[in-house]
Amino acid sequence: MTAKDQAEVVLRLSNITKRFGSLTANDAVSFDLARGEVIALLGENGAGKTTLMNILFGQYTADEGSVEVLGRALPPGNPRAALDAGVGMVHQHFTLAGNLTVWENIVLGAQGLGGLSLRAGAVRARIRALSERFHLRVDPDAKVGKLTVGERQRVEILKALYRDARILILDEPTAVLTPQEADALFGTLREAVAAGLSLVFISHKLHEVMALADRVVVLRHGKLVAERAVTDTSREELAALMVGAEVTTPEFQMHAGGAPLLSLHAVHAPGLNGVTLDLCAGQITGLAGVSGNGQGALSDLISGLISPTSGEMTVTGQPVQTWSPRTAIGRGIARIPEDRHKTGTIADFDLTENAILETYATEFSRGGWMDWGRARAHTEALIATYDVRCPGPDTRIRLLSGGNMQKLILGRVLETGPMIILANQPVRGLDIGAVNYVHRRLDEARLGGAAVLLISEDLDEIMRLSDVIHVMSEGRLSPGFARGTKTPAELGQWMAGDGFDAVA
Amino acid sequence: MRLEPIANPTVLRRYGPPVTAIAATFLVAAILALIAGGDPFAVFGQIVKGAVGSKFALLETLNRATPLIFTGLAVAVAFRAKLWNIGAEAQLYAGAVMTAVLGTGMLGWPPALLLPTLAIAAMLAGALVLLIPAVLKVRLGVDEVVTTLLFNFIFLLFVSYLLEGPLKDPMGMGWPKSPRLIPEARLPRIVEGLRLHWGFALALIAAVAVWIVNTRTTLGYEMRAVGQNAEAARFAGIPVTRVILKTALLSGGLAALAGFSEVAGLTGALTLDLSPGYGYTGIVVAMLALLHPLGVVAAALFVAAIFVGADSMSRAVGVPTYLADIMLASALLFMVLAILLTKFRVRRD
Amino acid sequence: MDILDILLSASFWAAAIRIASPLIFATIGELICERAGVLNLGIEGIMVAGAFAGWIAVWAGLPLWGGVAVAMLTGMALGFVHAVLSVPFGLSQHVVGVGLTLLATALTFYTYRVVLPEVSSPPKIEAFQALPIPLLSDIPILGPALFAQTPLTYAAFILVALVAWVLYRTPLGLAVRAAGESPAAVAAQGLSVTVIRMGAVMVGSGFMAVGGAFLTLSAFDSFFFEMVNGRGWICIALVVFGAWKPGKALLGAVLFAAFDAFQIRLQQTGVGQVLPYQVFLMMPYILSILALVIMSRRAEVPAALMVPFNKGER
Repeated sequence: MTAKDQAEVVLRLSNITKRFGSLTANDAVSFDLARGEVIALLGENGAGKTTLMNILFGQYTADEGSVEVLGRALPPGNPRAALDAGVGMVHQHFTLAGNLTVWENIVLGAQGLGGLSLRAGAVRARIRALSERFHLRVDPDAKVGKLTVGERQRVEILKALYRDARILILDEPTAVLTPQEADALFGTLREAVAAGLSLVFISHKLHEVMALADRVVVLRHGKLVAERAVTDTSREELAALMVGAEVTTPEFQMHAGGAPLLSLHAVHAPGLNGVTLDLCAGQITGLAGVSGNGQGALSDLISGLISPTSGEMTVTGQPVQTWSPRTAIGRGIARIPEDRHKTGTIADFDLTENAILETYATEFSRGGWMDWGRARAHTEALIATYDVRCPGPDTRIRLLSGGNMQKLILGRVLETGPMIILANQPVRGLDIGAVNYVHRRLDEARLGGAAVLLISEDLDEIMRLSDVIHVMSEGRLSPGFARGTKTPAELGQWMAGDGFDAVA
Repeated sequence: MRLEPIANPTVLRRYGPPVTAIAATFLVAAILALIAGGDPFAVFGQIVKGAVGSKFALLETLNRATPLIFTGLAVAVAFRAKLWNIGAEAQLYAGAVMTAVLGTGMLGWPPALLLPTLAIAAMLAGALVLLIPAVLKVRLGVDEVVTTLLFNFIFLLFVSYLLEGPLKDPMGMGWPKSPRLIPEARLPRIVEGLRLHWGFALALIAAVAVWIVNTRTTLGYEMRAVGQNAEAARFAGIPVTRVILKTALLSGGLAALAGFSEVAGLTGALTLDLSPGYGYTGIVVAMLALLHPLGVVAAALFVAAIFVGADSMSRAVGVPTYLADIMLASALLFMVLAILLTKFRVRRD
Repeated sequence: MDILDILLSASFWAAAIRIASPLIFATIGELICERAGVLNLGIEGIMVAGAFAGWIAVWAGLPLWGGVAVAMLTGMALGFVHAVLSVPFGLSQHVVGVGLTLLATALTFYTYRVVLPEVSSPPKIEAFQALPIPLLSDIPILGPALFAQTPLTYAAFILVALVAWVLYRTPLGLAVRAAGESPAAVAAQGLSVTVIRMGAVMVGSGFMAVGGAFLTLSAFDSFFFEMVNGRGWICIALVVFGAWKPGKALLGAVLFAAFDAFQIRLQQTGVGQVLPYQVFLMMPYILSILALVIMSRRAEVPAALMVPFNKGER
């Protein structure tokens, strides 16, 4: 590739501004992307990365500014025009229909809507050719719902390639992959770049940015704060730019465990395949794995949503007979759910009504009547203790930021002094301040003698906090590894399913 | 377009859309009245006069509002918990049947004992009728909208069978109606000489009771939680299935009180045309009331006024009474849209 | 009459197909809406409106097919109301559907009274006549049952094949199915979920109205207030019974109609003397509930049915 090709600009964002109500998600952002170049768009959660890419892809209309692809301005708010101009996007949350086949998902919308036939044969052949060329192995006739997460991502990339994308946007593409799968993805992407594609890739993982990108664009609070060639910067500088200050990531000491407070022995349940696990007092047990490998089922089991079909479950020494969310709470299990919007809170309830969701029956009602005065006082205390920023206990919780919502949930479950804490993705989508707050609270609970189970897809988080690390794959649980005894690559192999047979 | 939640709605934002919805309803009615050859001002004037223009009209409106308060409450209670009870019509008839079965001489008790017994028996019958679809919903996931709708047809046929068979009035000269209730089973008038029975007072009491249940009791809190977000409620340990079944019992019971009140207070006998669709109109009432129990009373009075007024309007001006049904259906649709617009702003992407 | 005699008689099967025809139109209409992700509970009212619109158009002088077209357009207009409220605004499909049924029914009755103020019994029209297909109609039993029907019945069967072909073999049908499975996938491929869903609701509502018009233009020759009588709700059950597939829905409609025709004949036999006639009239509704119960286990329901799509949501 010559220097002249390198310089050709394929994408130009000029002065993009987007407001949501009083929030300015993007503030006059401009940058260029050259042919064959890889730009990493770096920023914290809520910095405006996804909004910017949605504007580029035409799903949002910018309030100001313009997008040019290959020298031509894109009409705003029209994903179709973006696709036709050669922009393809792989969303963080896949946009696939599970009940349709791979080829149907790929060809959807690619032929217009007027045709009299889908020409399935030709479509399949083209998909096979593309998968071969870019090493994206997937069966065109498989139902997408039956595919693994890694395969689904391949389908997403094939969707873009099928439409001859010249510019590919990837939103947090490695969030759902094992380290090995991520490496394979980078291999595919490098080939695509060599074939003339240009990439914008959104991430907050610095090592990936350094490994793949040519140039880094850093967003903070919607503003473009820096542009660096990868060769001219360092991880430390990027981290500082992203957060806007020197980052201090707290260190967490390792602790020896006490007696097991919750034990599973050869437990089977829908999604769980003979799981044996001890959560010990005064320890954080980390659970790593690619999402969809049984973490949800394990979380549901400990939460009380599902019961074991076979095997033994003991909580604080007592075997579990009947099992439900209410008995789980009664046995002293604090549960921080994965999705705070869908399962953690009720959006149109106020803070008081949300704060007492788990304890209303025992603490705040007598003879079938609610004691709202006590409930309100309790909530006011929680708001003060857990630093929930809000107008007051009568505010509907949907108006709170993710961090403040999570603080209220933390308060709700930790205030009862639980001995067992289930934290399922407790910091997903939070900014760095809230992340550190949640981690500090979990660490305090550990110091207080609680047994904590931390489920996360972020291996860095697991390795920083946990005393013991387990890996899940296809419903099976690995043995526990003390922190520091396994490298990320070794854990990645477990995530991919290697090693389980040797144990069994 | 995109809907954007509004954090701090202004006064105009809170009340503008609902007022506009009512105005739009009257505009639609005016246009339709014009098409039918009626002067809209005369039409609305006659409706108002016919609904509240005289003592007789006013009492008629209150009487007509009584069953609508009950069915409106039934729907409001159910919809709040996202239990889509479209079967208030069947539950109403269940209550009416129970009243007719027990109140025509089977129980020869004094009124102070008989009337509460009839009311409770009616509620149980209505509750049972809704319990079947509710159980099918929570156990098998069968959509309750369709089952409750279909139950309306089944139950009406059942009533038709009863009125031509076991419950037939031997003195009825072949008409499908039940024997008359014994005097002890009749709801007395609130004020002697005024044609308004205690059913209306019972309806007001029921509205206040439901309001208290909603806001002050544990069950009310649970019902609201389940309706807003069943997944979160289940996660928090709220017994979702049991709450839905309790909601069904309450809702079915309230609708059945409409049947009890109509038979014991107004008609004195069970007939096949006891309800001109009070069960369905209850949906309109509940939606216009934004599912608020006290709002149900106001909405039921409004709806009853339109119906009663439209009857006399039709006699005076010649525009079909179905104008009232059109007004209510369009008020329902305009109102759900208006409520959305009080909470969300329409933005381009 | 012996039960076997009933089942082997051509007139029984001819009646079954005739009873099935309006259900087929309306079921296919509902199926299209639901495949795109919208439950259309306006179906009952739309059928009433379609029955009236088609009939009054023919009464006013339009040819029969003109009446069908008027019914279709009426249904699409009502479908548009549903679509606007339920798709871009994402309002509760339950409330919008029930509200539309109330509105369409009231509008129909109002218009009837305005157009025919003083009639005691509604006027009759010259309805569709049976059009036996040469040769085919001579096949024993099957011939008179299938090939001696009115043109509108033939149209119903052709419609099922056409809709199945569009849904499974064309880009448009793929987009409709995808809109009911994952609207986000549709939007990400540059298609408008709003346009696809609104279009599906309008077209589907048009077919529902034709189903209603079958009653006034083919099955009978006049319009009565209680004519549709819950058929719309039955069609919703038939969509579930047919697992959201056109062919199975057709089969379900015919089976259902055969049962209905059977119970009518059964009433005239000894059984009819023992059981009250209301029991027979209840059968279709009870059968629909049973169909829902039996099929509830085999959930092939479109994943995004009743899930509004709001692009701004994250």
